[in-house]
Amino acid sequence: MSRLTPENVELAKQIIRRYPRPKSALIPLCHLAQEQDGHLADDAMVHIGELVGVTSAEVLGTASFYEMFKRHEVGKYCVNICTNISCQLMGGEELLEHAEQTLGIRSGSTTNDGLFTLEDVECIAACTEAPALQVNYRYFHRISNDDFDQMIDELRSGRLDDVVPPHGVLAKVRQDLAEEQIANITPPETQVMPRWIADEAAKNDPAASEGGQA
Amino acid sequence: MIGATTPAPTLIDGVPAVVSSRFGVEGGHTIDGYRSTGSYKGYEAIRKALDMGPSAVAATVKDATVLGRGGAGFPAGIKWGFTPAGVWPRYIVVNGDESEPGTYKDRVLMERDPHQIIEGCLIAAYAIGAAQVFLYVRGEMAHAQERIAAALNEAYAAGLVGRNILGTNFSVDIVLHWGAGAYIVGEETALIESLEGNRGMPRLKPPFFPAAKGLYLKPTVVNNIETLSNLPWLFNNSVDAYRAIGTDASPGTRLVAVSGHVNNPGVFEIPQGTTTFRELFESPIYGNGIRTGHQLKMFIPGGGSAPWFFPEHVDLPLEGRVIGGEGSMLGSGAIVVMDETTDAVRAALRLARFFARESCGKCTPCREGTTWQEKILQRILDGHGRPSDIDLLLDVGDNISPGPYPVASDAAKGLDAIPYPPKQTTICPLGPSSVAPITSAIRRFRDEFDAKIVKRNLIPVSVESFEDAPTLAESTDHGADTHV
Repeated sequence: MSRLTPENVELAKQIIRRYPRPKSALIPLCHLAQEQDGHLADDAMVHIGELVGVTSAEVLGTASFYEMFKRHEVGKYCVNICTNISCQLMGGEELLEHAEQTLGIRSGSTTNDGLFTLEDVECIAACTEAPALQVNYRYFHRISNDDFDQMIDELRSGRLDDVVPPHGVLAKVRQDLAEEQIANITPPETQVMPRWIADEAAKNDPAASEGGQA
Repeated sequence: MIGATTPAPTLIDGVPAVVSSRFGVEGGHTIDGYRSTGSYKGYEAIRKALDMGPSAVAATVKDATVLGRGGAGFPAGIKWGFTPAGVWPRYIVVNGDESEPGTYKDRVLMERDPHQIIEGCLIAAYAIGAAQVFLYVRGEMAHAQERIAAALNEAYAAGLVGRNILGTNFSVDIVLHWGAGAYIVGEETALIESLEGNRGMPRLKPPFFPAAKGLYLKPTVVNNIETLSNLPWLFNNSVDAYRAIGTDASPGTRLVAVSGHVNNPGVFEIPQGTTTFRELFESPIYGNGIRTGHQLKMFIPGGGSAPWFFPEHVDLPLEGRVIGGEGSMLGSGAIVVMDETTDAVRAALRLARFFARESCGKCTPCREGTTWQEKILQRILDGHGRPSDIDLLLDVGDNISPGPYPVASDAAKGLDAIPYPPKQTTICPLGPSSVAPITSAIRRFRDEFDAKIVKRNLIPVSVESFEDAPTLAESTDHGADTHV
């Protein structure tokens, strides 16, 4: 239940700068808040609304559309088992059932110790590596029941900490776009022909040249 | 570590690897790897493009007929040309929101060759005069996001992206953006809504054709990751070399993911239009045969949205127009192989469930229809099916996609193919796509549905037992098949 920390506000401002309109940064900032708290807290949504200049209701309106945004606390590890067609054919649904038994919870719920949230999810683009799953959006391919149990043990003991960060952390490498590196953030209101197009137009017959109209 | 320049890898019959040449190269995702390995030298294409001038670059892409690899297969060069003259700024949005069931190709490209995508973005931005490129990666793909972020940082540092690229008057920013888990955001107008910070619901076309009224209602080109990945190879070689691969209508190569019941599932780059499904399933370099001891029952030629094909269709080539005429589509290159152990009803239910979960809820026929399709299929599978359910499923489908729905031919039943695409009562194709697996399964395997619908258990009522039988008022079964 928290607003963004001062460090994250700086990061948020850097992210907002990259877009011609601040509201475009709404989803990236929700990810940032989720990285900070493990889930998307109400206060964070209010704060994001202030940062991008929309009401908190609009932030909620957008965030509630996307299933990756968890508006309630979830486990440290979200175990997402794919059961869509390619994985179903290779035993994804059976793997889900095994996972429910191993963790002692039904799909969609969290273990009492707050470590694991189990979900059955749609295609995660690992179709040739079925059955596949993700833990906090890190892939595990061709998982047997034994592999699953071993993976859970390793997660519990912290041996996979390097591979699987806590829930909310996506890319560990960020695009680092400093203000002085930015070339062309162009708000839609600016009716400016880009220089390389204008230069070519000037070089050729002005009537016949218009970039992109090959 | 990165080795010396590897010889250009070839696919079958000496066809060069256009987009997959660094898939197996360790370090191929770094800027040094991109420059020193693979079937061409990285960041040479953008130099050549900058020498040619923007209109010549656009003309080259048009002449080469680089088809869109996201699903619809529309030529990228023509799409670029739809941007109206004299309206600025223009934007490019790169669609990396790969989530079609069975599709696994853009993730490989993003994770293993991110610089190839960046160079493709640069060429496209230069040609159409885009001020900014937004690289929209699927939210669930953390590793792809990391790889692209690292590659963009390298490229900015090397002066390949940003201000005055390679000392010229060409300046463009590429912004990495990622989603948060919604299949529908792969539809281009929904992608734009999402990029504007809204719920990812598709816009009505017309008027919101992205080329004219896209991001912030400005001209916007939306291209798939794989489409743009083709450009560096094209500019390092030539239009003729590109057109020499594949067929006249579908030149070049494409990535396909063969998954399901084959011995060697995998992502393969194949020349477009010439390879047949049989080769893909049986050749040792591809699928290496249907699972040992089993036979093919059906397959999906182009992702969860595509109508199914059956064993008699394996000799068809992977050519968009041919497959369209045969009642299905190649879509996103997702080929799902199912052998005789597969329960047609269960497979259809799983896909129906996908569409029900992923419907954005904007159009009533899709929001309500996909939900009912899932419910009805679930009750059939649970043994609570009603005799009228099969017709009801077809009727619900007809409300989402009116008229005869595209299906493959069925020679045994004397039924012809109904060509693709389906009609729609919805804004986007998600709703109509949900009908594909159900119609395909019912037309071919109606007996499997029938077998699961439990017939009324008729208890003989003798004169002696008649008086003990429950009255109609006491009975809880009011004849379930008479109403729905």
